[in-house]
Amino acid sequence: MSDGTIFLEFILFPGLLFTALAGLLTSWVDRKVTAMVQMRVGPPLLQPLYDIRKLFIKETCVPEGGAIGLFLVAPLIGFAGVTLASMILWRTLLDVEATFVGDLIVLIYLLMMPALGVVLGSFASRNPLASLGGSREVKLMIAYELPLVLAVLVPVIQANSIRLGDLVAAPLPAGTVSGVLALLVGITCMQAKLTIVPFDMPEAETELSGGAMIEYSGPPLAMFKLTRAMMLFTLPVFLLALFFGGAVVGPGWLPKLIGLLVWFVLVALTIVIRNTTPRVRTDQAVRFFWGPVSGVAMIAVVLAWMGW
Amino acid sequence: MGYTINALTKSLNVFHLAGSACNNCDIEILDALTPKYDLERFGITLVGSIRHADVLLMSGVFNRKSAIRVKEVLAQAAKPYLVIAIGGCPATGLMFRDSYNCDGPPSEYIPIDAFIPGCPPKPEAMISGVVKVIEGLRSGALAPACLQEHELVPLEAGAVVSEAAT
Repeated sequence: MSDGTIFLEFILFPGLLFTALAGLLTSWVDRKVTAMVQMRVGPPLLQPLYDIRKLFIKETCVPEGGAIGLFLVAPLIGFAGVTLASMILWRTLLDVEATFVGDLIVLIYLLMMPALGVVLGSFASRNPLASLGGSREVKLMIAYELPLVLAVLVPVIQANSIRLGDLVAAPLPAGTVSGVLALLVGITCMQAKLTIVPFDMPEAETELSGGAMIEYSGPPLAMFKLTRAMMLFTLPVFLLALFFGGAVVGPGWLPKLIGLLVWFVLVALTIVIRNTTPRVRTDQAVRFFWGPVSGVAMIAVVLAWMGW
Repeated sequence: MGYTINALTKSLNVFHLAGSACNNCDIEILDALTPKYDLERFGITLVGSIRHADVLLMSGVFNRKSAIRVKEVLAQAAKPYLVIAIGGCPATGLMFRDSYNCDGPPSEYIPIDAFIPGCPPKPEAMISGVVKVIEGLRSGALAPACLQEHELVPLEAGAVVSEAAT
């Protein structure tokens, strides 16, 4: 493959443009389902796009005394990370051969970058509320990364490979006991990775009034919002590729339909959890992830080792 | 200007600032944002930080101390923004207009786009007011007040703040 095609793939499909549009659509689904839960009508289809467009015409305010360079670069770090992650994921889903050794590990690191971007941006903005939000985000990352990696380990053990292509082509991990347990752990970690309720302490509208992003306005804020929307699209696809691999790749329309259905169920589950739970404290979240969630993840790994 | 106004009015993020108000207007503002009226249909959502806001809803009489705060908050907002004064207090001062600690109506020291009078105004009145502002902006009859030149009175109450700080 030539460099030009790779560049086009990064910009158009399945990279930047595709992921951004799909992410905005997903965030519309999120808002619409939330509205339905609250018995409202909800925003129009293009509302997420209007929100982003509006932010691009706004002024960029820079906080006095902040680390300006880092403040402006931080939103781009997460944006680049999630774009690359989505591109690697979709290339593998579309063509199982388009994979390289260890791309799963690259993917896990890339999916961590949006959270890192939020942390860097919040500390660079020199706002006490933002730095509180940033430190909460760091604690949350420490909490959920361990069970997430353990959950990812289950399909890896079952397929005996760390190449994403082999995992996607493997027979259904979600059909085994260990796979189901790991999927549950994965869904819980996804909730925290997206920093949505019950794990939205970094943003906490009511107490930190925007938290980590409090000082952002205009285009940098648009980048953060876009990154969040893209994560809401990409993370369910990540779980889909890991746990439903065998069912969703293949010729014909049926696997694609199953894939879309499973993706929608994962997104809807996230949104329903978000709308029916209150926010937990940071210490409760850390105890939850290092206690029960990691325990279940370890049991899943042992079961996978035993061939269940 | 047309593109800017269109982009702005399709997604208004509202920030709510109570300047020594009696809380009636604040309760009615929150009522207007409940599922019954469902303002998210028009892209109107409540945000927690003035940096994210496009509309500043202000209520209350704005006495010497809160007048300085509202100027500070507005200086932190990202342009273009709209300022909508809710209730009779910011418009006329009502019964507080001759009070010893009121330095005159806020329209003298901050750019205000619209007044929605009432004590308190009903949520329907607020929605109607916001719709009129949006229509005025789109038809070109209005322009965001923050982008225009104003002869605003500089506040002389700085001394009160420094006294309070020491």
